[in-house]
Amino acid sequence: MPFKTPKIDRVGIQERCAKFQSRSLKADTKKKLLRLALNMVDLTTLEGSDTPGKVKQLCNKAILPHGALPNLPQVAAVCVYPSQVKTAKKALNGAKINVASVATVFPSGQAKLSIKLDDTRFAVDEGADEIDMVISRGEFLRGNHNYVFDEIAAVKEACGKARLKVILETGELSTLDNVRKASEIAILAGADFIKTSTGKIQPAATMPVTLVMLETIRDYYYSTGIKIGMKPAGGISNAKLALHYLVMVSETLGDDWMNNNYFRFGASSLANDLLRQIVKQESGLYQSKDYFSIG
Amino acid sequence: MKDKQSKGAANLQANYKINTGHTAIPKTYKLYIGGAFPRTESGRYLKMKNKKDNSILNISHGSKKDFKAAAAAARSALGGWAKRTPYNRAQITYRIAEMLEGRKMQFVAELEAAGVSKNEAQKDVEAAIDLLVYYTGWADKFQQIYSTVNPVSEPYFNFSTGVPVGVVSVIAPKESGLWGFLAAFIPAFVGGNTVIVLAEEKFSACAISFAEVLNSSDVPGGTINIITGKRKELLAPFTTHMEVNSVILYTEDKTEIIAVQESAAVNVKRTSIRHFADEKQSPYLIFETLETKTTWHPMGGSDGGGAKY
Repeated sequence: MPFKTPKIDRVGIQERCAKFQSRSLKADTKKKLLRLALNMVDLTTLEGSDTPGKVKQLCNKAILPHGALPNLPQVAAVCVYPSQVKTAKKALNGAKINVASVATVFPSGQAKLSIKLDDTRFAVDEGADEIDMVISRGEFLRGNHNYVFDEIAAVKEACGKARLKVILETGELSTLDNVRKASEIAILAGADFIKTSTGKIQPAATMPVTLVMLETIRDYYYSTGIKIGMKPAGGISNAKLALHYLVMVSETLGDDWMNNNYFRFGASSLANDLLRQIVKQESGLYQSKDYFSIG
Repeated sequence: MKDKQSKGAANLQANYKINTGHTAIPKTYKLYIGGAFPRTESGRYLKMKNKKDNSILNISHGSKKDFKAAAAAARSALGGWAKRTPYNRAQITYRIAEMLEGRKMQFVAELEAAGVSKNEAQKDVEAAIDLLVYYTGWADKFQQIYSTVNPVSEPYFNFSTGVPVGVVSVIAPKESGLWGFLAAFIPAFVGGNTVIVLAEEKFSACAISFAEVLNSSDVPGGTINIITGKRKELLAPFTTHMEVNSVILYTEDKTEIIAVQESAAVNVKRTSIRHFADEKQSPYLIFETLETKTTWHPMGGSDGGGAKY
């Protein structure tokens, strides 16, 4: 087994997270990190009310985040429901932006395996490059860890070439020990990424939870040499917080993870705050969201 | 210094007729942002002499980051405030007057501390209360004066109404402690805008005490934000921040006017340059922070005659 599954020291984790928030970043570094963070965003819309029109608008935002600054990096992916994958794929029109689709009866995951696999295959057939699955938290919490493992492995198989992100929904896992355990199960079952949350449950991504997951990734890398990606999602809505996360990634995993192959932000409003801060850095003037397109 | 402070304390005791052997506690004058009283993030303070008893007041020396926080608070408060009924905005404005009436003595004392004579101070505070009542009256009536029904040749019912322009930054006049301070931003506030006001430096104490009045008058947090500090330093953030939609500036200084107009141009803020000498109470001051919304409502005769859909 590559893991020794340590007990998590909650107070220690919180202390460590507080440190990440006290680093001072020089202006040049800040500029670079803001652009990098934008490049790591999975621009997301996961609402019952999503229409093809809204998805197209989101894709346009992904391609051209801010017209006034044409040299900005693009976001990593757009993240939508399976039924909107085709629309997104078409709207992105060959741009180097992935389409990620949630699957396995997102967000609850309360359905039998065959339905979840159908859901996954449908998204992949529609053209999804990445699949964001949810684990069965109910089974995990009653101690049925094997079920969770087998389910992830089955979904991974259904993904084919699509990269698999496994959503632990840490807001429902109660303890950091559970987060560690679920992270290990997901990684061993074949996850390419582990992801904190659906965004539908509070609390969503927090720094302590993300740190526990990053440390799991680190331990796995030390024992196998395999790199697993990380995606905190939900609740990261401002640039300042995103920079704190990047400091945490850099200091926990190092430079190899400082790109969108291995680190993503799942967010809907973060992109615009990053844009505001980038324009603020360029112009010296504090910005208003009135002057940025929605999306 | 110690002597001066205890002398100040003694005077305060005398003012408030306290004879308990109690040592008066001098107040820390903080900022008023988003309905709370934070210290300035800069950690800087201005020492100001109480001209009445020579004690020292510590006034927050606000920074551009304080303004940034205030702009964010004003922006998030805007939707709710603009949506309140004009009648409710009137009620709240009247409530401010009620609260101020009960604390007249304190404001007279604070104006005296800034060098205003007792007689003048009393007049100023009473005029300020009257001003609040005046604009209370206009709060649910200015719309009727502002709005128009416009003649158009097509079959539409065409009408224009005033909507708040948004976040308004206000640089208060140097000449007046309370009346001028309120006259600078109450019209914009009554019109449904949210405001960030830079108090005149020497009347800082009075302005922050007024924030306490606001805080107990059901004024929603963030609708009125008050910053104290150096005018020269804060003029730029007050006029360049993209979150600000309109600037009201009291000045006679030509270079200041040009500088402000240039900074305001970055996002075409509506700029009102006002002169304290001409200052009066008027519903037209509310209009200065309104935008005109014109609605074309299709209208056809019952026989469809003249309709061109």
